[in-house]
Amino acid sequence: MSDYGAIVQKLRDSFGTRKTRPAEFRISQLNSIVKLLRENEGAIVEALERDLRKPKFETMISEISMAINEANYAINHLASWMKPEHVEKSLVMKFDECFIRKEPLGVVLIIGAWNYPVQLVLVPLIGAIAAGNCAVVKPSELSDSTSSLLTELLPKYLDQSCFSVVCGGAKETTELLEQRFDHIFYTGGVSVARSVMRAASCHLTPVTLELGGKSPALVEGSCDVTATARRLVWARFFNAGQSCVAPDYVLCSPETRRLLLPALRDCITQLYGTEPRESRDFGRIINQRHFERIRDLLSNSQGRVEIGGETEEGERYIAPTVLVDVSESDPVMQEEIFGPVLPILTVESLEEAINFINRREKPLALYLYTGDSKVVTKVMECTSSGGFCSNDGLVHMTVITLPFGGVGSSGVGRYHGRFSFDTFSHQRSCVLRGFGLEWANQLRYPPYSEQKLERLLQATQERKWSCTLL
Amino acid sequence: MSMEKQAVERARTAFLTRRSRPLEFRAQQLKALQRMITEKERDIAAALKLDLNKNEFQTPLYELVGLESEIQLALEKLPEWAAPRTAEKTLLTISDEVYVQPEPLGVVLIIGAWNYPFALVIQPLIGAIAAGNAAVIKPSEVSEHTARLLGELLPQYIDKDLYPVVNGGVPETQELLRQRFDHVFYTGNCAVGKLVMEAAARHLTPVTLELGGKSPCYIDKDCDLSIVCRRITWGKYMNCGQTCIAPDYVLCDQSIQGRVVEEIKKALKEFYGDDLKTSPDYGRMINQRHFKRVTALLEGETVALGGESDEADCFIAPTVLTGVTGSSKVMQEEIFGPVLPLVSVGSVDEAIRFINQREKPLALYVFSYDSKLIKRMIAETSSGGVTANDVLLHYSISALPFGGVGNSGMGSYHGKHSFDRLSHLRSCLIKSLNMEAVNKVRYPPHSAKKLSWARFFILKRVRLGTLGRLALLAAFVALAALVAQRFL
Repeated sequence: MSDYGAIVQKLRDSFGTRKTRPAEFRISQLNSIVKLLRENEGAIVEALERDLRKPKFETMISEISMAINEANYAINHLASWMKPEHVEKSLVMKFDECFIRKEPLGVVLIIGAWNYPVQLVLVPLIGAIAAGNCAVVKPSELSDSTSSLLTELLPKYLDQSCFSVVCGGAKETTELLEQRFDHIFYTGGVSVARSVMRAASCHLTPVTLELGGKSPALVEGSCDVTATARRLVWARFFNAGQSCVAPDYVLCSPETRRLLLPALRDCITQLYGTEPRESRDFGRIINQRHFERIRDLLSNSQGRVEIGGETEEGERYIAPTVLVDVSESDPVMQEEIFGPVLPILTVESLEEAINFINRREKPLALYLYTGDSKVVTKVMECTSSGGFCSNDGLVHMTVITLPFGGVGSSGVGRYHGRFSFDTFSHQRSCVLRGFGLEWANQLRYPPYSEQKLERLLQATQERKWSCTLL
Repeated sequence: MSMEKQAVERARTAFLTRRSRPLEFRAQQLKALQRMITEKERDIAAALKLDLNKNEFQTPLYELVGLESEIQLALEKLPEWAAPRTAEKTLLTISDEVYVQPEPLGVVLIIGAWNYPFALVIQPLIGAIAAGNAAVIKPSEVSEHTARLLGELLPQYIDKDLYPVVNGGVPETQELLRQRFDHVFYTGNCAVGKLVMEAAARHLTPVTLELGGKSPCYIDKDCDLSIVCRRITWGKYMNCGQTCIAPDYVLCDQSIQGRVVEEIKKALKEFYGDDLKTSPDYGRMINQRHFKRVTALLEGETVALGGESDEADCFIAPTVLTGVTGSSKVMQEEIFGPVLPLVSVGSVDEAIRFINQREKPLALYVFSYDSKLIKRMIAETSSGGVTANDVLLHYSISALPFGGVGNSGMGSYHGKHSFDRLSHLRSCLIKSLNMEAVNKVRYPPHSAKKLSWARFFILKRVRLGTLGRLALLAAFVALAALVAQRFL
């Protein structure tokens, strides 16, 4: 335990030397991350293949490229992000400087997840570095090939006095959480998130919690069924369904279902072949525990397997599966599936779909497939979710200018791009006055009187004036 | 079912009717709050006088005016704040709509504090209403007259199901904190702040904690001490020192301490007259407990000015202590009273070290003619906010986010920051179902060629005007056709 204390203290001491503050340092570290990714592409692809049988394509676009993109974006924008932001002032303050300084918080903790083990550690780390912090990184022990690789590589590329990697499981994480940090960034599940936030409360440490939930995919009658099916299939079975923003279940009318099912079947074949198990483009479940969990969801479901359903324990393979005749109370509807199983629930109307969604916890993502923009507006206005994407899946999280995060039990806080920088910064409000105009200050000093009050109110409440005067 | 639980459930049911969403409704509620402030100013002032001996001019100035301007700002800006906020697009989303849509969170809990009992409840409430939420309001029971008044007045002016007032002490607050909210907004001290966050953790509820700490005030040697000390005196002894951003202690060179004391004495006379105790403008400690707490801090210290107290009246004279060190009792907690320790430091370096050895304060004050020194002090320390060459002011500018860092708090508010803090800023990507040809690059079966196309399309960003976008779109469509041909 004192080990972790020593690690955090070392980082805190480094932070105290102010070496992480200059833009040059931050950019050099960000460039090192880009280098790390480019120089070790092969090793990363291999590690992810060992952990998740992640297809190289997926590793490249959802892990490596995404992180490189975030790093480059931060490098390109750092100067503007770091600049103090001057704000609108009232007339009384016209001779003062009023601005918001962006400052690092100190030492932050980043706890990664196993499903996108590179991205979910590096993208927050990029934000932490860009904002001028030191960081402890704790990759997920479940994706152990990738975590070992990161543990080996990060100290080689980054300044070891400012950035440490800590490995371990639940016990080590609990011990680590006893230390005091200036921000904790956690990606993972709801119950661990509660413990993280509770541990953070002991030190009044702010948190970002990137969680999950059951992200609904509403398929409305006016959609293009073929395109919908293809996008749904891609989004659902990417990384073998192990994405926090994967469409978790479908809501549609019985008529739409009738049209959707053959389209889904076709698309699965198009994307993964007739034997997905032999496709190099389809992943595997991370470990035995999750494999069994998902397999049990399938076997306990009161629905019917319409497509797929095959499993192979040795490989932790679960076929791209579509379930039908699933009711709200079905076991598969009680937890986030996080696997390649797509239940289809039927509803009679859009209202019913909306009510269904609103009866449940706010999801991380909400998907809507429709050709009718009025439907888009209605669903958006009547529901809540971390993010919303119509007519596609997953991709809203790749738009770097959109903040990515949950709401309610799908999470607290947000990041990506500039929002990562903001998450790991303190926005410090500053007012710099001079010594003059003390006569103006007289209005605010006791002894208080009616006249003083009136004159002061006049002087301070003139936002409209300043437009005319200037 | 407890009364607290009932209030929360009623608020949630009311929220689910969606009536707090339309901008007209929010504006109407804000205007009603404005009317309440205007029509009931006397009652509010009377309650504040009973709670804290605030006088009739202090109340409008420090509690009400700020609120009125926040309401005005919200009314004026609401359409802009609530509108979708467009985001820059990536190449692949060039024909899509990409924006952030602010949405209400749901039911917000607002726990007020007793030192500015009206303002510290109404100000977050303005943000909660503007953002379209319901809000359960729990005023501090310590400022009991204001709490009672809020319980009477708010239901008369604003929707009583959406914005119920729940009064009570610790057990009632604990019961409230057991309920599930969509945001908890707490103003108060660190110890309770931790408990609030711990309770919120059970439901993964985000929190805003406006706490406090010891806000340092550094005075450079070569300053016009009469101006400096007048400003400090104003900010320190206002509300009898019970202000979260009051300068808690002064750091300065030993050689100027005598003059600092003199100048503070002069300013006090200017402000409160010869017989301070009878001045209508000088406040009182909120209650006996805090009176005793603060007077105990004087034990063993060198009182250079003031020191008189009267328990029956909860009166503590404006006091200045000298010869205070970092380990003095008075330096171990936020004073929150009219006692100003002067701590000697030999240099700016020493001052900075002293500040950095302690918890990050809510405010930092620095007085100097030397702007480089000021910038250095800001750059080498951290705090919620800063005012240089004056005190308290950063609180009053609604464009500046007001909040703490580290032990002084998390989250910020005022103006648009309140609106954003109490909203969910939901990312939206509205795509069409065409342009499927381009999507083809991302679908399996994968190939190296597809991979390079995918990286190009998915990850490139564009910043273009409309014309540029149209031109690029045309080129893009042509390209898409080409790509489709190759991969179909």
